[in-house]
Amino acid sequence: MKNPIKGLHKEFENRIKLGIMSVLMVNDTLDFNEIKEVLEVTDGNLASHAAALEKKNMIRITKKFIGKKPNTSYAATDHGRQSFTEHLAALEALLKNNP
Amino acid sequence: MRTAETDLQEIKKLMERSSRFISLSGLSGVFAGIYALIGAWVAHLQLLRIESSDSLLPLVITAVSVLTASIITAIFLTTRNARRKNQKIWDKLSQRLLWNLSIPLLAGGLFLLILIGQQQFELVVPIMLIFYGLGLINGSKYTLDDIRYLGYLEIILGLMATWFQGYGLIWWALGFGLLHIVYGTWMYWKHER
Repeated sequence: MKNPIKGLHKEFENRIKLGIMSVLMVNDTLDFNEIKEVLEVTDGNLASHAAALEKKNMIRITKKFIGKKPNTSYAATDHGRQSFTEHLAALEALLKNNP
Repeated sequence: MRTAETDLQEIKKLMERSSRFISLSGLSGVFAGIYALIGAWVAHLQLLRIESSDSLLPLVITAVSVLTASIITAIFLTTRNARRKNQKIWDKLSQRLLWNLSIPLLAGGLFLLILIGQQQFELVVPIMLIFYGLGLINGSKYTLDDIRYLGYLEIILGLMATWFQGYGLIWWALGFGLLHIVYGTWMYWKHER
């Protein structure tokens, strides 16, 4: 039997990081406030966890101006999508092996 | 405690909340079905009185009334449901749902207007059912997935209505009345109770 723990990525262990990845898997891009609203987290929390994910090349953060308002949008990278898919598969395998 | 199971549940919930408009109320389907049945009965009485050369205005008024009442009820009940589920009623998700629902409906609506303009009435009911079904299937990616199957059923009814012509009003009452009531009740049972 394959070891399911192998597929687990410790980058997604944190609940907020897990949340950010989850919503970016099903949306091409989301902006800061949209993610904040779904996850129900504070600004500082979201910003720091998102920055950590960007550092690991899991997500891409794009800052631009819409009119005069600054807007930060987030998207999962291909690497991030693949890693998260592995993470999901590992969680599912864990669940199947220890019901 | 966090386990693989709670993580997976959380992930699924977040994916759904961030990409689908989940506040669509099943009860609005039930009401739409009731209005449709009343509308079908009124149309039946109107058809008995209409001479072949008469205008279709009374029928159009009935149809528009059913549609308007259904939409108003749906907006009201879905707003109430959204408030309860803490979801916004007018945001990117609901707009995306409406847009995707509308594309087949608008295409079908224009198709119908052209046919009616050419005095071809045989296919009016099948076209309504089929395009409505396509709209539901197209929109189902952005809301509760259940409505996909309602879409399949509407298309099947539409094809049957094309095959067995001459019972237009009965097919219409089945598709827009009965199916809505049965399906709406089931969705209410599943998601809102």
